[in-house]
Amino acid sequence: MDQVIIARMLAAMTLAFHIIFATVGVGVPIIIMITEFLGIKNKDKHYLAMTRRISKGYTVTVAVGVVTGTIIGLQLSLLYPTFMEMGGHVIALPLFMETFAFFFEAIFLSIYLYSFDRFKNLWTHWLLNIPIVLGSTLSAVFITTVNSFMNTPQGFDVEGGKLVNVQPLEAMFNPSVPVRVLHVVFTAYMTVAFIVASIAAFKLIRNKFTEDRTYHKKGLKVALITGIIFSVIAMFAGDLSAKFLHEHQPEKLAAMEWHFETESQADLVLFGMLDEDTQEVKGALKIPGVLSFLAGNSFDTEVTGLNDIPKDEQPPLIIHYFFDFMVFFGMYCLAIAVAFMLIWKFKPKWIHNKLLLSLVVLTGPFAMLAIEAGWFLAEMGRQPWILRGYLKVSEAATDAPGLILTFGGFLLLYIILGVSSVYVLTRMFKDKSAKAQMDELDDHTLLNDQKGGY
Amino acid sequence: MIFGIEYQTIGIIVLWTFLLGYVIVGSIDWGAGFFALYGRITGRTKDLNQLIARYLNPVWEVTNVFFVFFFVGIVGFFPETAYYYGSTLLIPASISLIILSIRGAFYAFENYGIDSKLSWTILYGLSGLFIPASLSVALVISEGNYIVEGANGHYLDWQSLILSPYAWSVVLLAIISVLYISSAFLTTYAHIANETRGYSILRRWFLMWAGPMIFTCLFVFISLREHNHEHFMNAVNNQLWLFIASFILFIFATLLYYFKKAHTIAFICVFLQFSFAWFGYGMSKMPYILYPYINVNESVVNPSMALSLTIAFILGLLLLVPSLLLLLKLFVFNKAYVKGMK
Repeated sequence: MDQVIIARMLAAMTLAFHIIFATVGVGVPIIIMITEFLGIKNKDKHYLAMTRRISKGYTVTVAVGVVTGTIIGLQLSLLYPTFMEMGGHVIALPLFMETFAFFFEAIFLSIYLYSFDRFKNLWTHWLLNIPIVLGSTLSAVFITTVNSFMNTPQGFDVEGGKLVNVQPLEAMFNPSVPVRVLHVVFTAYMTVAFIVASIAAFKLIRNKFTEDRTYHKKGLKVALITGIIFSVIAMFAGDLSAKFLHEHQPEKLAAMEWHFETESQADLVLFGMLDEDTQEVKGALKIPGVLSFLAGNSFDTEVTGLNDIPKDEQPPLIIHYFFDFMVFFGMYCLAIAVAFMLIWKFKPKWIHNKLLLSLVVLTGPFAMLAIEAGWFLAEMGRQPWILRGYLKVSEAATDAPGLILTFGGFLLLYIILGVSSVYVLTRMFKDKSAKAQMDELDDHTLLNDQKGGY
Repeated sequence: MIFGIEYQTIGIIVLWTFLLGYVIVGSIDWGAGFFALYGRITGRTKDLNQLIARYLNPVWEVTNVFFVFFFVGIVGFFPETAYYYGSTLLIPASISLIILSIRGAFYAFENYGIDSKLSWTILYGLSGLFIPASLSVALVISEGNYIVEGANGHYLDWQSLILSPYAWSVVLLAIISVLYISSAFLTTYAHIANETRGYSILRRWFLMWAGPMIFTCLFVFISLREHNHEHFMNAVNNQLWLFIASFILFIFATLLYYFKKAHTIAFICVFLQFSFAWFGYGMSKMPYILYPYINVNESVVNPSMALSLTIAFILGLLLLVPSLLLLLKLFVFNKAYVKGMK
């Protein structure tokens, strides 16, 4: 097989695996910050136990996130040495800062996890959340600026094939940064909120420890409310993305919407099948003029069509499906969360219905699928470029021998890591009720005032 | 240039220092994994494993960041390294990455999960010893003569790498050093924790490996003379005092451990012993990061990026150093914690 394709498949596989743990890594800190706050403020053991249980599971996902993150960091140079040599001159700053943010987070996370019982004042421990949230969110921000640079490069001149006159800050704060950072950060928060909701709903259906029902209901409530807030912000950022793409990356917008002719009053195409030769779309839901409206807040906005983009610079048309999946899964989560909360308010008895709870169980996995679909859309949408407008993937990939062997090695690794983490995580809380955890808390946490901690 | 120092000098010093940091904390970590395995197999779990877990749990993640910091930094300061090392190290670096991942993940599965499986301890205990071996390949390659130029780029010459006595001596040194550094640190740690049984096991390991360690060092030195004469002569002519100082510290540390005296100072001696040898090796290597392709003076990143990296580095350190000290104060240097009371 072609080197370029194997290199792309390997990079895609690593990123697809890493992004699961990275998303959890960005989202969990904010959730435990919220639950611990509620726990301390209301002197509520449910939330305190919840904080500990989530952060216990978090240690396992962090471990896998750290190792897969290390892999992708080095793999960039291994798979795309030419790109890193060229781009290293321009994007080193955010990469460097990302490592600092990660370092910062790692230190405080270590302190946080082993100091639950060490501080006399519970708020002291809560304060440790701040550097963790800052560190995890900022590392997402910095790494997104690097990816944004690959989409909308700026901050340098080209002279004889080399990038010169580099302005690090201008490269870092390139045009696509604000919109993408907002979207990446809030979809991660949202996804983790829905994962927590899924677990709570699942446990309510399972009903193994009846004494835990209140605990899980509290978890479900806080997860769904935060999930709704974060997904509204994520949706708003998604809407800004359409306008952004229209301005700066029209070929991506056109490919993801199967928009061929440049025209105003362009239709929004949802779902459907495409015949690539005749450019005919079958079975799609077409909403007249909405694409124009999304792109420029007016039905008269002229949207560039694919036929006006040189053939060898067109992204693959498959990205339309990823777009559909992302939107559908994202919307599903928001809709279910809102509906469930309304039912809870007006018909509280209905929420014990298993079918209704099953719909909530789906939100976590669906949100994660939306993340995956969104990244496939974003990454494949800038094909054939690795550095849009400057360097094509085909020119950047390594031609070192043994690539297929490497691919096999990593595939095996991810299977082992994936299966083992699921095994470890499910075993963790299977046989221990939250109530048991709360009883342990009784001894030292809330009564800490008399006992005197660290 | 900033403060009268060239950017490449700042860059290489920063990176070399961070790599030293990684080698030291990494060695403690990898060796500790091996000792945890040893403890389980020999039925000494009680004596060794709790002690090790108490140290490792809060710090292993930070250890890993030292490594990430190094390879991100080197590509940032010297982008050409991405090209040469990237295109030649595909297989060896991928092997390192896979071992590192197994090690990190199974460490967490074993220690944070509710199951404890011997096979997991074996996985993370043994992989720990392979990590330094596989990572040292990058240092071996940096001496030159293992890279051939092909039609489309540069490739690793596997045959000469595998047949090279220099390469094997470095790999051997890496593994032995891990056991040496790790047992030194954990002996001191066990002493502070008053864990007498763990202490005597670890001290025995330390004394056992001190001799082979210094012997291998000598062997590496001699084989370097055959492999890269220029580098060897540079070391003998200009950095010999560093190596001699390192040797004296080694004697001093071994004596202290042997006579069970001043354990904290003893470990500081081990640390300094390695630092001296490390900087001696690094300084004599200059100006090549990869002989003869990457010369620090010619391949440094453009000045505006170098300046912003330096500023980011200083600001970053202002944030990191106090945080790291807090971590050490709470766990590693906290007597009550070390003794298992908190």
